[in-house]
Amino acid sequence: MIGVEHFVVLSAVLFIIGSVGFLVRRNVLVTLMSIEVMLNSVNIALVAFNRSRMAPGALQTYAGQSHTGQVFAFFIIAAEAAEVAVGLAIVLALYRLRQTVRSDEADLLRN
Amino acid sequence: MNPLELGYFYGCAGLAVAGALSVVIAKNPIRGAMGLLLLILSVAGLFLELHAQFLAAIQLIVYAGAIVVLFLFVIMLLGPSASTPNDHRGWLVRAASGTLFAVAGFATLAAVVRAATVSHRTMPMPVPDAGFGGIDTFGTVLFSDAIVPFELSSALLMVAVVGAIAVARGRQGVHSMSRGEQEIADRTTPSPLLPADHSGVFSHEIEGAASKEKSA
Repeated sequence: MIGVEHFVVLSAVLFIIGSVGFLVRRNVLVTLMSIEVMLNSVNIALVAFNRSRMAPGALQTYAGQSHTGQVFAFFIIAAEAAEVAVGLAIVLALYRLRQTVRSDEADLLRN
Repeated sequence: MNPLELGYFYGCAGLAVAGALSVVIAKNPIRGAMGLLLLILSVAGLFLELHAQFLAAIQLIVYAGAIVVLFLFVIMLLGPSASTPNDHRGWLVRAASGTLFAVAGFATLAAVVRAATVSHRTMPMPVPDAGFGGIDTFGTVLFSDAIVPFELSSALLMVAVVGAIAVARGRQGVHSMSRGEQEIADRTTPSPLLPADHSGVFSHEIEGAASKEKSA
């Protein structure tokens, strides 16, 4: 039987992969995609916990709290869209300024 | 135990992990974006298994339809410079730190899983009521209990749009305006090479053309 543990373990695995990519890669585009991987993994955990809290009949008992995890995931998706729009705009501005997308060459504030 | 459910979960999970790995590993960012698309599609499949139909649809529309396409736009706009082939500086430190982080993370995860299997404390997932995760119950919650963050998220998106335009445009508008003003200034100042009454030449020509038209 699939329990919530399966989803949480999958979420942790995806989060580790995304954070390793965030730490290791220097391409700014890949860094942004790694952030997306991490946020997706968080969404999986939130939705899985929400499902596991929902006993039959709970939808009528406490209707307001019935979808808390899914509402969290919804707002994470909205914040993610905003973050990607601003992040890609920053990537374009960086490319216009330095002709590069490497994060270690974005050192205008150095020294 | 339902083998179909198990196979569906492991299929989606395997595809998600493969997509995440190809995001992290791929040299070409286009392949990374395709891996991200694979991850997003399989996460939407997992949402369907978790009775979150509305979120699965939102995931497909917002992530696969907007975010991945935005990534592809930017990658193709940057062209070949979007990939960084000469990624060799400090690779030893980066590989070592990445391996260390991954090993630490997976070791912690393995310890937690082992403790959970020893204690046999599992959280079963009961089948929820009909309508759970559907658009009308989700929308009711969203517009009653979560109305304040919902409106705040609209303000967030608005600010993000304005900020993205402001950052991506940069100072280009200012430069082009000053360049245009410079051109206008060049045009209005008289050139020393032309005779002083050169404007009279054009006025004569215009008068001549007008008289020709009149005679015709």
